[in-house]
Amino acid sequence: MQFLNGITLLLVYQLVGEITVRLLGLPIPGPVLGMVMLFITLMIRGKAPESVDQASTALLSHLSLLFVPAGVGMMAHFGRIADEWVPITLALLLSTVITMVATALIMQVTTRWFAGPLPEKEGGNE
Amino acid sequence: MNEPGLKDIWVYLSTSPLLGLTITLVAYGLAYRLYLRTNSNPLANPVVTSVAMLIILLLATGTSYSDYFEGGQFVHFLLGPATVALAVPLYQQFSRLRQLWLPVTISLFCGVVIAAGSSIGLARLLGGSTEIQMSLAPKSATAPVAMGISEKIGGLPSLTAVLVVITGITGAVLGTKLFEWIRVRDDTAKGIAMGVAAHGIGTARAFQVSSQMGAFSGLAMALSAFATALLVPWLVDLLAAWIPA
Repeated sequence: MQFLNGITLLLVYQLVGEITVRLLGLPIPGPVLGMVMLFITLMIRGKAPESVDQASTALLSHLSLLFVPAGVGMMAHFGRIADEWVPITLALLLSTVITMVATALIMQVTTRWFAGPLPEKEGGNE
Repeated sequence: MNEPGLKDIWVYLSTSPLLGLTITLVAYGLAYRLYLRTNSNPLANPVVTSVAMLIILLLATGTSYSDYFEGGQFVHFLLGPATVALAVPLYQQFSRLRQLWLPVTISLFCGVVIAAGSSIGLARLLGGSTEIQMSLAPKSATAPVAMGISEKIGGLPSLTAVLVVITGITGAVLGTKLFEWIRVRDDTAKGIAMGVAAHGIGTARAFQVSSQMGAFSGLAMALSAFATALLVPWLVDLLAAWIPA
């Protein structure tokens, strides 16, 4: 029952997100707004209910599975991918590598600048 | 196929979502077992092997993607609630996030702009059509977000979904090696980079390295989904004004 309640709550937030995005003509996808609204709710309540925790762990622990049907969609795009395979593969590969390297380095440098030596002092001043 | 009985069964199966859904789960189950067998070798990523198995199976039986998707859509649909579910790890990591909010904000902003800018720029440089450039632009965001953005900026959402998956796989396969080369050892930085560049598939990989890297990757994926949705349409306009296609 816990799991069912959790899933229901996630769907309710997604639904409210989708409706709000359409009503207000917002430029973000419905599930993202749903995520933001759930996050704000959790912050206000001060804890994540067991049901939501269970449902989200279940969904997120097999997140890769959820991408499989979209990945199979490659077969419907074989023609286009074959036509422009050089820009597609090179841009995708290089851009992913550049993004990953740049983000990791920026995060490392800025952490040192702004956060100082973190590991030792944690949660001291509440 | 000559036997009428068998043919009837096939006619039933090929029009029912049952088969598409079942083979998706069976293929993923097999792929996941193979992945564990190879000691979680990133090259045996379960998304790669299950997608390959399914495509071979569909081509061999002459089944179209739209017939397969009748069943596959039930799994695909869960990407929506899974996106909402990201609020939970985000909330659980909030105290750590609050300490690091400035570095995380800067890295996310730069990461999202670099991901979209470099893919549009490189694709344009290499002679890709505008449609390809726009389909590539949101490729580092998680699938439902990327597809929504792609549609808004003039890409092909279904092609974007495929590119998102390939991007995620690329990040998951190369990530740990890349971080070794550039000597980034902090799990927080590695997680943020993984989540920004390779969304959910990268996050699944990050959780295998450490739970801290996984949590930060999930956090980065969630925040960058939001940032991508806000920044990329604006960035596309900006780039179009600077460099005419």
